[in-house]
Amino acid sequence: MSVDLLAAVVTAMTLAATPLLLAAIGEVVTEKAGVLNLGVEGMMLIGAVVAFAATSLSGSASVGILSAALAGAAMALLFAVLALTLLANQVATGLALTILGIGLSALIGKPFVGTPLPRLPQLSIPGLSDLPFVGPVLFGHDALVYFSVAAVFGLWWFLEKTRWGLILRAVGESHDSAHAIGYPVIAIRYGATVFGGALAGIAGAYLSLAYTPMWAENMTAGRGWIALALVVFATWRPFRTLAGAYIFGGVTIAQLHLQGHGFDVPSQFLSMLPYLATVLVLALISRDATRIRLNTPACLGQPFKPAQ
Amino acid sequence: MLRLEARREPSQAMVFGAPLIAVGLTLLAGSLLFGALGHDPVTALRVFFVEPISTANGLAELCLKATPLALCAIGLAIGFRAGVWNIGAEGQLVVGAIAGGGVALLFPQGGSAGLVGLAALAGAAGGLAWAAIPAWLRTRFNANEILTSLMLTYVAGLLLQYLVIGPWKDPMGFNFPQSRTFHRDTMLPILLEGSRLNLGAPIALLAILAGWLLLSRSLLGFQVRVVGLAPAAGVYAGFAPKSIVWFTLLLSGALAGLAGAFEVVGPIGQLLPSISPGYGFTAIIVAFLGRLHPIGILIASLLVALTYLGGEAGQILLRLPIAATGVFQGLLLFFLLACDFLIRYRIRIGGRHREAAP
Repeated sequence: MSVDLLAAVVTAMTLAATPLLLAAIGEVVTEKAGVLNLGVEGMMLIGAVVAFAATSLSGSASVGILSAALAGAAMALLFAVLALTLLANQVATGLALTILGIGLSALIGKPFVGTPLPRLPQLSIPGLSDLPFVGPVLFGHDALVYFSVAAVFGLWWFLEKTRWGLILRAVGESHDSAHAIGYPVIAIRYGATVFGGALAGIAGAYLSLAYTPMWAENMTAGRGWIALALVVFATWRPFRTLAGAYIFGGVTIAQLHLQGHGFDVPSQFLSMLPYLATVLVLALISRDATRIRLNTPACLGQPFKPAQ
Repeated sequence: MLRLEARREPSQAMVFGAPLIAVGLTLLAGSLLFGALGHDPVTALRVFFVEPISTANGLAELCLKATPLALCAIGLAIGFRAGVWNIGAEGQLVVGAIAGGGVALLFPQGGSAGLVGLAALAGAAGGLAWAAIPAWLRTRFNANEILTSLMLTYVAGLLLQYLVIGPWKDPMGFNFPQSRTFHRDTMLPILLEGSRLNLGAPIALLAILAGWLLLSRSLLGFQVRVVGLAPAAGVYAGFAPKSIVWFTLLLSGALAGLAGAFEVVGPIGQLLPSISPGYGFTAIIVAFLGRLHPIGILIASLLVALTYLGGEAGQILLRLPIAATGVFQGLLLFFLLACDFLIRYRIRIGGRHREAAP
């Protein structure tokens, strides 16, 4: 494999991995606080359509990304009101969020189907971006790629090194103890859920502004659910999330390349690969029940109602 | 000022009242949405919810659309009661359609009117087999059935696309991605002359009755409910949690598969790249709206079927995007989940707390 081709493959992998990584990082924060929000797919779709619409109308990708973050956060807030304040079943509420997101994004996106938009620009660093191989692989990406990797380091630092990270984890591990010590469990969970929604929104923005700069109904194609699987795969740890996202990005790119090279297998079977890989990986990682139990936030998905 | 107050007992009235309030709120939000889209809300609501069922044929179409919803929802509800979250009914429905349609394609010349029964059985078996995968992964590898059943839905959709573009494509079909049309012997008999209402609807009704008997009159149904409400108690009582996972997933898979077969040997009459407007997902809403109870599901399936008909009417008469249907369905589930709060809490307006008074 020539160096140029390898660089192209790594770049394509980054493109496919970034939306998964952004959404999964957000969900790690949400789940670490003990909230299971299964509505990632819906929040990503809303993020994608809002980013596309806002960028088209304003002409600025920054406005688009910011709007997508706000829209994702708003969807997550809706989830939080139902699941945290009104104590609705979190699984059902997450599904509702996805169903609503699919319908609402299609409705908002109707006027934008088939309109073109320039791709999110690559940042180039004079000198470094022109280096062979290292240039395109490390210094030839758009801002959101760097943001997603920085978010991984930021999350690790936050969870492991800060007092607030410790409090967040305490809320997810034992809401009763955290409440007894005097931490505002519900408020912290609101914060974590809304943060997860904002990142899911940005993940959606990446799809409609960079991965394929266009809007199409249901364009996430299950990536929100794959991001949820990634969180389990990564056992709620930031750096494993990074590794997982790039492995899944690799699978996606591999099947696209095989399709492109006229590989003698019907394209539908190749398109199945990312979904089958997710199932396979989930089965392999979940097999070790003890490890999953040790790593899962103990209060994940459980409602908390302070004693009156 | 509004105040929330915990009820001592869950309100029975609200168990039935919450879905009605949710429907009311959905209609209200819907009219605001129509207003925002520049339509007269009253006209839009009439087009959406009244006109589709103002004729006999409209009512027949309503029952036709309610059939797959009810079949999927009854199976899902039994699983949800046991805490088994099969959300891949759409995939099981698609595989059922492939299996049922495959049988129909085997007999292009027909032969006997009983062949449709064979197609329906094949459909149920296909859905059952597809649901067996998440059941196996959950019981053997502890893998979350929500994610695996959903991933398999995408796989099923791609499999159907492959078949109608590849080996099962109609050779006389001008290269369109579709199968041959099925012979009359392999299709469900029409019940009402001049409509599309077929034998599937009464079979769905039977499934609802069977679901009710299972849940309220059988030991298995009792086990399902106990495992869902208190898993530890279920284990203590000697109920095998793994068997419940297998039973609920296979049952809901078989019913979804049957629904898929009924669609292709019913109103569609051939295999197409897409054979369902998301019935398997919408059935989740139907199951919750019907309170996970068979009778409730019967009513809910008719109501949600109306959103499909209304969406089609709105698209034709008002040029509304078809996505309006999805928005309605999503809002309905949201309001329902919110209103369920009223079962355990009441809203008091003004005044101080009773206990606080001297």
